[in-house]
Amino acid sequence: MAGAISRLNAGTGGRPRSLTEPRAVQLVLIAASLGYLGIFLLLPLASVFAEALAKGFRVYWASITEPEALSAIRLTLVTAGISVPCNVVFGIAAAWAVTKFQFRGKDILITLIDLPFAVSPVIAGLIFVLLFGAHGWFGPWLQAHDIKLIFAVPGIVLATVFVTFPFVARELIPVMQSTGADQEEAALTLGAGGWSTFWRVTLPSVKWGLLYGVILCNARAMGEFGAVSVVSGHIRGLTNTIPLQVEILYNEYNFTAAFAVASLLTFLALITLAAKAWVERKYSHAP
Amino acid sequence: MSIEIRHLSKTFSNGFRAVDDVSFKMEMGSLVAVLGPSGSGKSTLLRMIAGLEIPDAGDILLTGKEATVLSARERNVGFVFQHYALFKHMTVWDNIAFGLRMRKRERGEIVARVAELVKLVQLEGLEKRYPGQLSGGQRQRVAVARALAPQPQVLLLDEPFGALDAKVRVELQQWISELHEKSHVTTLFVTHDQDEAMAIASDILVMNKGRIEQEGTPLEIFDHPATEFVAQFVGETNYVDSDVVEPELAIWGPFKYSVAGYNVGQKVRIYFRPNDVYVTSREESLQVKGRIVKTRFQGPVIELVIDVGADKPVVAHLPKGLSMASGFVEGRRVFVGITGFHSFAIS
Repeated sequence: MAGAISRLNAGTGGRPRSLTEPRAVQLVLIAASLGYLGIFLLLPLASVFAEALAKGFRVYWASITEPEALSAIRLTLVTAGISVPCNVVFGIAAAWAVTKFQFRGKDILITLIDLPFAVSPVIAGLIFVLLFGAHGWFGPWLQAHDIKLIFAVPGIVLATVFVTFPFVARELIPVMQSTGADQEEAALTLGAGGWSTFWRVTLPSVKWGLLYGVILCNARAMGEFGAVSVVSGHIRGLTNTIPLQVEILYNEYNFTAAFAVASLLTFLALITLAAKAWVERKYSHAP
Repeated sequence: MSIEIRHLSKTFSNGFRAVDDVSFKMEMGSLVAVLGPSGSGKSTLLRMIAGLEIPDAGDILLTGKEATVLSARERNVGFVFQHYALFKHMTVWDNIAFGLRMRKRERGEIVARVAELVKLVQLEGLEKRYPGQLSGGQRQRVAVARALAPQPQVLLLDEPFGALDAKVRVELQQWISELHEKSHVTTLFVTHDQDEAMAIASDILVMNKGRIEQEGTPLEIFDHPATEFVAQFVGETNYVDSDVVEPELAIWGPFKYSVAGYNVGQKVRIYFRPNDVYVTSREESLQVKGRIVKTRFQGPVIELVIDVGADKPVVAHLPKGLSMASGFVEGRRVFVGITGFHSFAIS
């Protein structure tokens, strides 16, 4: 009796035959998904490395250690190094305010947090040019005080902060909402002050959500093109991030160097994916 | 007085009056239950005593001292939540030690106290586990130990066993009763489960719609309900609307009740419990004729629904053995008397 049932369900991963698709349909679906993935994802990724190494490893290495490339890498790291912590602080503060308090304008705050996602990155960059550029609202004031924002590093950081704004907050809000306020209230009754409660109870309880948000925020901060392109001015060696440098090299028909620098971003993407997967696994096993 | 509440009120921002002019006193070392349906304000009341909610009006005194303006931190009350609220990222040991750490006790003192509490709540050997690795009953015991660690003046429990299986619930009810006998901490707990309240507490406050309906021992609440709400909320009950036909007599269908304090012509509602209904197969004086319409088996008790020729049937509970031995089955003719009842004017 048992033998007949197990023969019937063989090859269906344990589900009864009547609930699974015919073998042919399964194969078509799997082939289609893999094919789509292959064409739009794997092929481009592989071609980046193939092109980057087309003239040999020495040329590859020279391309990414060349002074302009190095300053682009430095600028990317600085930009991410400032915008990610800023948005972590803001994200935690916003998530805390939204989940623990009732106040008028809460819905507006939540909508505003999502704004950078709705706005095209190019527009985001343009906003800053219109505000702080030479002919912008604050232009004359900034010039009078000899402060350069647009076409300089501060502008790039500003634009990146704007664009990566929502990532940490959006990750933390649902996590904090599902955790609820009970643990914090318990900490209060046990004699913990506001700061102690935050450090010892709130943050540890959201650590995986926070890490996830930081990973996404960082990936976007390093890879942002549109907004940064508008505010940067493309001054070689000064205001180019890695994505901008790739564009310049490509426009000069220096394909190998372009792909070599692009491969750095590809590495970043792969590391981000691996970190994301690790965090997801940890989160599902978390207490 | 361990806890004294004077004219406490709280209205939420949406206009809902959660607690309406509540006053009561609790003696040191007592175990009191606040019993009421959802929305009666009992949890809000408890949270105000803990300092987790701020009252709009009234005073709270803990061990004789003004506590109304003190924050939750400063009040030194232990609070146990319905869903445990354990710190999930900390071990059992760290959870219990938390309150002591916050109050900056010495390491040696902390170690000794945590060991003492782990023994008290019978969780030896589980100190290094995380809450996610414990059963519901174990988690709640950790929560109680954690609340008791800093030696609070008062222990407050908010529907502590509501999230547990029926059997575990009964075990923990017993356990908390024994714990109270050992520790003598003044304990106030909130529940909607009247069996729980009557089993554990020495005193019960029945709440409804933000007000206290009655305060008394379990027996007083059960046998002498002060208001209509208490009569129909606590225990099972029949209720019928009857007319006062003479200064001391109300009738409903074939039944006559002697009452006092009503005017002739008034309508009163009579409450009587199913176990206060006397059912016999012999005709006796003062008993009313009826016919069993339905019988229901309820374990130790059998429920008889009896038609007495009035607008409602009478529901009686008889011990299973007695009912079966008397041959009470559907269709059987019986004689019915009511041995206890309470009356309230219908407004």
